[in-house]
Amino acid sequence: MHIAEGFLPPAHAIGWTVAATPFVVHGARAVVREVRENPESTLLLGAAGAFTFVLSAIKLPSVTGSSSHPTGTGAGAILFRPPVMALLGTVVLLFQALLLAHGGLTTLGANAFSMAIVGPWAGYGAYRLTRALGGGLLPGVFVGMALADLATYVTTALQLALAFPDAESGFAGAALKFLGVFSLTQIPLAVGEGLLGVLLFRVLVANARPDLVRLGVLPPESEEAR
Amino acid sequence: MTRRRLVTGLLVLGVVALFAVPLLLDEGASEYVGTDNQAVTAIQEQDPDYRPWFNSIVAPSSPSVESGLFALQAALGGGVLGYVLGRLRGRRDEPSSSTDAGTDPS
Repeated sequence: MHIAEGFLPPAHAIGWTVAATPFVVHGARAVVREVRENPESTLLLGAAGAFTFVLSAIKLPSVTGSSSHPTGTGAGAILFRPPVMALLGTVVLLFQALLLAHGGLTTLGANAFSMAIVGPWAGYGAYRLTRALGGGLLPGVFVGMALADLATYVTTALQLALAFPDAESGFAGAALKFLGVFSLTQIPLAVGEGLLGVLLFRVLVANARPDLVRLGVLPPESEEAR
Repeated sequence: MTRRRLVTGLLVLGVVALFAVPLLLDEGASEYVGTDNQAVTAIQEQDPDYRPWFNSIVAPSSPSVESGLFALQAALGGGVLGYVLGRLRGRRDEPSSSTDAGTDPS
C-alpha cells in the first residue's frame, strides 16, 4: 500500500495530505489524552504501535505469486479506538519513508489516509458490527484485523485509479486494474493478520484482563477467555 | 490448559501454513514481486509520460542494506512488543504473590 515517492501528481499529493492532517492531529491529541488520563495505558499503546511496526516491515508471499505486507493497525483500533492509530500508523509510515525509501514524503498523506485512517476505521467498524451481532471478542478481532488490512489496500488502489484513470475506461477501468494488483494478493495476508490478531488478543486476555475491561473491550467478569 | 495450548499451536500452524504453502506449491516459479512495485509498473503502463517529481531523500544503497533496515524495523517492533507482553505477564503475577506474602504471617 506504499505509493512510491513522487508517484502521485502534486495536486493529489497535496490533497491527500490536507485530507489526512486533521485525522493525524486529532489522533496525536487522543494519544496524549489517553496517556495523561490513564498512564497505565502506556504499555498497551506501546504494544499497539510495536505490532504495526513489526507487521508492516514484513513482506509475505501470497498465492498470487506476488508479495505484500500486512498493516497491523486493527489491534490498536480495537483497543484504543481508531484515532490513536492515525498517529501510530503515520509514525510507522514516516519511519519507512525516511529510512527505507519505502513510500515517501510526497505520498505520506495518501499512504497515511489508507493505512492509518481508512484501515483502522474499517476494521473497528467490522469489529463493532461483529460484537453487536453477538460475536465474541476473538471472532470480532479476527474480522476487524483482516478488514483493516484489506480496506487499506482497496483504498490505495482507488487512490491510484483517481490519480491515473484509464484512457478509455476512465476511473472504473483503472480501479479494476489497481485492485487486481493489490486486493487478491492481500486476501491470504488479511486472513493471516486476523489469525495473528487472535493470537495477540489471547495473550492480552490472559495477561492484561483488567486493562481490557477498563478499555471496554471485555465486559467486567467476562467468561470469554477462549 | 492443554486445550488452550492446542488452540495456540493450531493458530501458529495456520499462520505459517498460510505463507509457506504458496511458496512450496509453485516451486520457485514466481518471483514474489512486491505489490508496491507492481503498482509502479502499472502506473508506468497507464501513463508512460509520467515522471516521479520527487525522489527519496535517503535511499538504501543496495537491496541487502534495504532488507537489513526492514529487519531492523521488525526487530525494534518485536523487541518492544516482547517487552510489553513480558511486563504485562509479570504484572499479572505480582498482585497474587504479594497477597500470598500478606496472608502467610496471619
